[in-house]
Amino acid sequence: MKFDIILAGVGGQGVLSLAAIIATGAMKDNLKVRQSEVHGMAQRGGAVLSHLRISDSEISSDLVAKGTASLIISMEPLEVLRYVDYLSPDGSVVTASEPFVNIPDYPDIEVIYGKIKKLKNHKIVESLELAKKAGTSRAANMVIIGAASSVLPVSAGSLQAAVEELFSSKGKDVVDINLKAFALGAE
Amino acid sequence: MAEKVLLGDEAVALGAIHSGLSNAYGYPGTPSSEIMEYLIKYSRKTEKIHASWCSNEKTAYEDALGVSLAGKRSIVTMKHVGLNVAADPFINSALLKINGGLVIVVADDPGMHSSQDEQDSRFFADFAKVPCFEPVNQQEAYEMTGEAFEVSEKYHVPVMIRLVTRLAHSRAVVVTGEEKEQNRMKKAEDKNTWMLLPALARKQWVTLLGKYEEFKKDSENSPLNPLYLNPDFKKYGVITTGLGKNYYLENMPELSDKPSHLHVGVYPIPEDKIKKLAQHAEKIIVIEEGYPFLESRLRGILKQPVEIEGKMDGKVPPTGELNPDNVRPALGLPVRKALAEVEQLPGRPPQLCQGCPHIDSYNAIKGALASYSESVVTSDIGCYALGALPPYSAIETIICMGASVGTAKGAAEAGLKPAVAVIGDSTFYHSGMTALVDAVAADTPMTLVILDNCIVAMTGGQETIVPTSKLESVIKGLGVDPAHIKTIVPLKKNHEENVEILKKEIAHEGLSVVLSVRECIEETKRRLKKGKGNK
Repeated sequence: MKFDIILAGVGGQGVLSLAAIIATGAMKDNLKVRQSEVHGMAQRGGAVLSHLRISDSEISSDLVAKGTASLIISMEPLEVLRYVDYLSPDGSVVTASEPFVNIPDYPDIEVIYGKIKKLKNHKIVESLELAKKAGTSRAANMVIIGAASSVLPVSAGSLQAAVEELFSSKGKDVVDINLKAFALGAE
Repeated sequence: MAEKVLLGDEAVALGAIHSGLSNAYGYPGTPSSEIMEYLIKYSRKTEKIHASWCSNEKTAYEDALGVSLAGKRSIVTMKHVGLNVAADPFINSALLKINGGLVIVVADDPGMHSSQDEQDSRFFADFAKVPCFEPVNQQEAYEMTGEAFEVSEKYHVPVMIRLVTRLAHSRAVVVTGEEKEQNRMKKAEDKNTWMLLPALARKQWVTLLGKYEEFKKDSENSPLNPLYLNPDFKKYGVITTGLGKNYYLENMPELSDKPSHLHVGVYPIPEDKIKKLAQHAEKIIVIEEGYPFLESRLRGILKQPVEIEGKMDGKVPPTGELNPDNVRPALGLPVRKALAEVEQLPGRPPQLCQGCPHIDSYNAIKGALASYSESVVTSDIGCYALGALPPYSAIETIICMGASVGTAKGAAEAGLKPAVAVIGDSTFYHSGMTALVDAVAADTPMTLVILDNCIVAMTGGQETIVPTSKLESVIKGLGVDPAHIKTIVPLKKNHEENVEILKKEIAHEGLSVVLSVRECIEETKRRLKKGKGNK
C-alpha cells in the first residue's frame, strides 16, 4: 500500500498541523510515514505546500512524484489548482470552500469551483461554517481532516487519537471542539 | 532504544546529544535553525548541555573551537551562506589538532526556498580537506552525527555534516540508540598544535595532508559508500550523492535493467570505487543534489574512456533541487501522466504580515525620499526583504548579511545620494556593525535605518543576541554622533512625525542612524497568547 498526499494552503492556515495529525494517525496504524514541509520565508502569507507519504513499506523520496498523489487536501480552493498535476488518474481532492484573498489578481471563485468540479473525485467543504458550529473558526483544518477521513488509509480512531494528542496540552474543551469539528467534517 | 518522529534537523540534534555533546552554538538560518532550537530546548529542560545562539556563524565556530580545546564535544550549526562567514576559522581549524570532537552542520538550500544562492558546502569541506558526511534520511542524520564525532576525535579534525532543505525539514521515524557520556574537561596537550604561526602551521599542513590520505582510505572502505555491481548489465551505471539516491530509488522499479550503482555518503570521494564502477559501465549517469561536485571531478579536462551524463550536460537539471520527476529523463523514463495539467495561475508570494512594523517603516522612508529625484535604499537579509515586492517596492539591493551598510556607504561615496541603508536588528549585530564603524570613520553622508523588531523574525522568532534596550548604547559606543541617532516608533499614527525625522537625518551631510523600534507583530501575538494561557 502506498498513499501520497499533497497538503496545500496559505501560511497561517494550519496546513502543517493538518499534516502532523494525519502523519501521527498513520503511525498509530503502524504505517510508515514521511512528511516534508516548508519553513522560513515561504511561510509569510505565501502558498504553503507539504508532501505527506504513507506506506506499509520503506519510502525513499520525501517528495511526491507528479501524477502519483492519491489525494490533495487544501485549506483553500485556488491552491488546489496549483498542484493538480500531482494527482494520479484516480486521485481525489478535498478542499475548504473559502477563498483566502490576499493577492490583487485572485480569480473569480466560481471559475475555480468549476475547475475543481471537473476533477474526477472532489469534495468542496464549507469548513468555516462547520468549524464555527463546532465552537471556533480556528478548527477549520480539523473539519477538513474529518472530510478527508473516508479517503485516507488511516482509521478514524487513530486520527481522532492524533487530534487529542495534538491539543491535549490546551485542555479538554479545546480537544472536544476539535473532535467535534472532525466529526462534522466527516458527516 | 526508542522510536521518535523527528525532522532531519532534529535527528542531527538528538544524534549529537546521544554522542556525548557538551556545547552547541549557531546562528539562525533556514533550513538549519531547528537543530539549535532542539538543543536549546533540551539544555533548558535538562541543564546537561550548554546551547546558545551567537552573533554570527564565525563567532559560533570560534566558541566551538574553545570547547574542543577544553576536550569536550561541540557542534556548530548554520545555513550554507553562513559558512561563508565562518570560513576563516573553519578552514584554519583543519590545521589544528582538534581535541574534543567538533562537528559542523551546514544546511544547504538547493532551490533557494529561503536563500540568496544555492552554493554547495561539499566544496568547503573539500577546500578545508576535512571529511564530510551527507545523510539521505533522518535515520542516517542521527547515526552519521555520532560517527562524525568519532572521526573528529580519531583524526583530530573538524568534521562536516551536509544537510539540504528537503531532509532538514522532512519528518520521519528515527530509531535511537544509547546515550554516551560527555567527555571530561581535558585541555589540549600540545599548544604548538593550536597556534597557527607560519612555522607551526607549515608542519600542521603536512600533518593534515597525511590525515587526508587516511580519510580517502576510510572512504573506500566505508559502508556509507555502497557499491553495487551488475556484471550482466554494462550499458550504464549510476552514481548518486545526497538525496539524488532517494529519487533514483523511487524510479528504479520502472527501469528494465538493474544498473551498477555507487552511492556516496561520505567524502573525500571514493576514487577506487568509481574506477570499479566504470569497469562495469559504458556510461555513468551522475545524480547529485547540489552543484555537480563529483561530476566535475569525473569529467576532468581531457576526453574520458567512459561517457558521463549529469548536470554539466543538462541531462539532470543544473539548477534548483532534484525531485522524483526531474531525474527521470536522465534515466530514460517518460514523464508520468497526471490527472490534470496546471494552468497559468496568479502567484501567491510570501508577504509582510498584516500589522508588521516594517510596513510603517517603509512607508516613512518612502515619504522622506519622495522629494528627491534620485536616491538609493539598500536592504539586507530578513523579513524586511519582502519590502522589495509591491505594494511597497521600497528597496533596491539585497545581497548578503550586513551588506546594506557598506553598499550604501560606497554608493554615497561615489556620489549616489541620498543613500539609505535598511537592516534588521539581528542582521546588524551579525555583520552590520563593522561596516558602520567604517561609516563612522569616514563620516559618510548616509542614513542607516535599523528596523528593530526585537526578534529574529524570519527564522521563527529567536531572541536577538542583544536586547532592544541596549541598541542605542551600542550605536553610541561605535562612535556615531549622538545628535544624529534618532528613535522612531513605526506606527501609522506616527507617520508624519517619522517622515519629518527621517527627512532631517537624510538631509544631514554626514552619518546618521535611525532606530525604528516596534516588536514583530507575530511575536506580540505569541506573547499575548502565552500570557493568556498562563492565567
